Amino acid sequence: MSDLMSDPISGPKSDAVREVPFRGGGFKPSNRRGVGLAVFAVLLLLAEWGTRSGFISPLTLPRPSDVLLTFQELYVSGMLFKHLLPSLSRLAVGALIGASLGIAVGVLIGLFSLARAGLVPLVAAIFPIPKIALLPLFVIWFGIDETSKYALIAFGTFTPTVVATYAAVDNVDRVLIRMGQSFGLGWWSIVTKIVVPGAMPGILSGLRISLTIAIILLVAAEMLGAEYGIGAYILQAGSLYDLERLFAGVVILSVLGVGVSSAVAAVERRVLRWRV
Amino acid sequence: MDLKLSSVSHFYGETEVLRDITLDIPSGQIVCIVGPSGCGKSTLLRMLGGLEQPTSGQVLQVGAVPEGCLNPLTYIFQDFALLPWRTVRGNVALVLEDHKLGAAARDRIIADVLARTKLTEFADALPKQLSGGMKQRVAIARALAVNPAVMLMDEPLSALDSQTRELLMDDLVALWTRQPFTAVYVTHNLAEAVRLGHKIVVLSRRPGVVREVVDLDMPLAERHHGDPALEAQQQHLWGLMRDEAAAADAELIHV
Repeated sequence: MSDLMSDPISGPKSDAVREVPFRGGGFKPSNRRGVGLAVFAVLLLLAEWGTRSGFISPLTLPRPSDVLLTFQELYVSGMLFKHLLPSLSRLAVGALIGASLGIAVGVLIGLFSLARAGLVPLVAAIFPIPKIALLPLFVIWFGIDETSKYALIAFGTFTPTVVATYAAVDNVDRVLIRMGQSFGLGWWSIVTKIVVPGAMPGILSGLRISLTIAIILLVAAEMLGAEYGIGAYILQAGSLYDLERLFAGVVILSVLGVGVSSAVAAVERRVLRWRV
Repeated sequence: MDLKLSSVSHFYGETEVLRDITLDIPSGQIVCIVGPSGCGKSTLLRMLGGLEQPTSGQVLQVGAVPEGCLNPLTYIFQDFALLPWRTVRGNVALVLEDHKLGAAARDRIIADVLARTKLTEFADALPKQLSGGMKQRVAIARALAVNPAVMLMDEPLSALDSQTRELLMDDLVALWTRQPFTAVYVTHNLAEAVRLGHKIVVLSRRPGVVREVVDLDMPLAERHHGDPALEAQQQHLWGLMRDEAAAADAELIHV
């Protein structure tokens, strides 16, 4: 304490040189390639090792290599595409109807107070209904064939798309809309050239969610007397407790999910090039 | 075409923001409006362009709109208001697309305004690639493209650093000298006002009334940074505003 008194300005060790410690790291997402794949690989290897060594009983989890073999059989027999193609077309038609209606209604809600006042409570009421619970109703309304499957998927993608779209329209910079008005742009020009492009980031991230929901509902829709389809294949396997086939189907769904997500990412990269 | 404000008053709810403003904006001149923050100068500008309606009083256009004018009252905004998804050329084209012009006429206008604002080589750049000064030059090019009768400029240089501001002021002076335009220029920066204004309108704090109108006769091209006569004018304006600004600063905001 005595040196403190003797040298109050520079402190006790006045000539000690230290580097200023760096403390600005972290909190900055960076691109790490291959880590996702590595996680998958480690989990699969663990499962393989566990089932081979008997640590995991074959009743709990099928051997990954067996699933792969089942998948190969499926491919070789040509059944893969027999199941995959109807599923993909159901997904495409249903999601297309649901998403485009959803975007249209969402834009309307974003633009017109009357539509907002009338439709937002309705959407909020529809959103939490598990669409699967309405399955019997859909059969009565649309019949047992493809239409009811399209309708179920469309209905399920519709509500999340509406919510994402009108939130995105609300977030469009008002300054840009004022600018459009101040230059005498027509209403339609303002909507198509300012509002919709400005809402695009929000709409696309909403699509990520609603397309994933569409895949979930695909399986539900195929519970309705579908002969072919990934959902039908999984259900069949499940009722026979054929775990290898069940997992082969689940893997297809996962791959579908990854595919949809990267398709949306590709669209985002193209459409949202302007983003900072 | 002249603009005229005739005893304009405005309220936001209970709050009186502007009181009995009467003002002439003669054609071919730059009228600067200065005043402490919250005095309603931006509101006044929005009324001049028809983006807001005064509670009482009138905003009048006097005389015919000049020929070839696509949008008589045209704004330049503080934060540029460029569409980030369009290129420089696309942003200028936006305001021409709703007018029935041939593709050739449109391209000619775009090429002309980009040349006048020295942006020709950046025509295909996106706004995110441009500096603040360049973005505002794009906004100026866009405003020039519709050949406005009156330009309404809402603190156009406030979002820029002081060096860029000097450069853009020179650009504006050069544009005006080549082809005089009518403008209402709202700013809180007195240096900008004395460099660019033929007429400087000083508003009081809320409710805004016209405290004084200062006429500056020195030609724009002869005004330079640090000119003693301009400095004196600036001091005079600051004297008018000082107490108002201090009082406005100490006010509570009820919005």
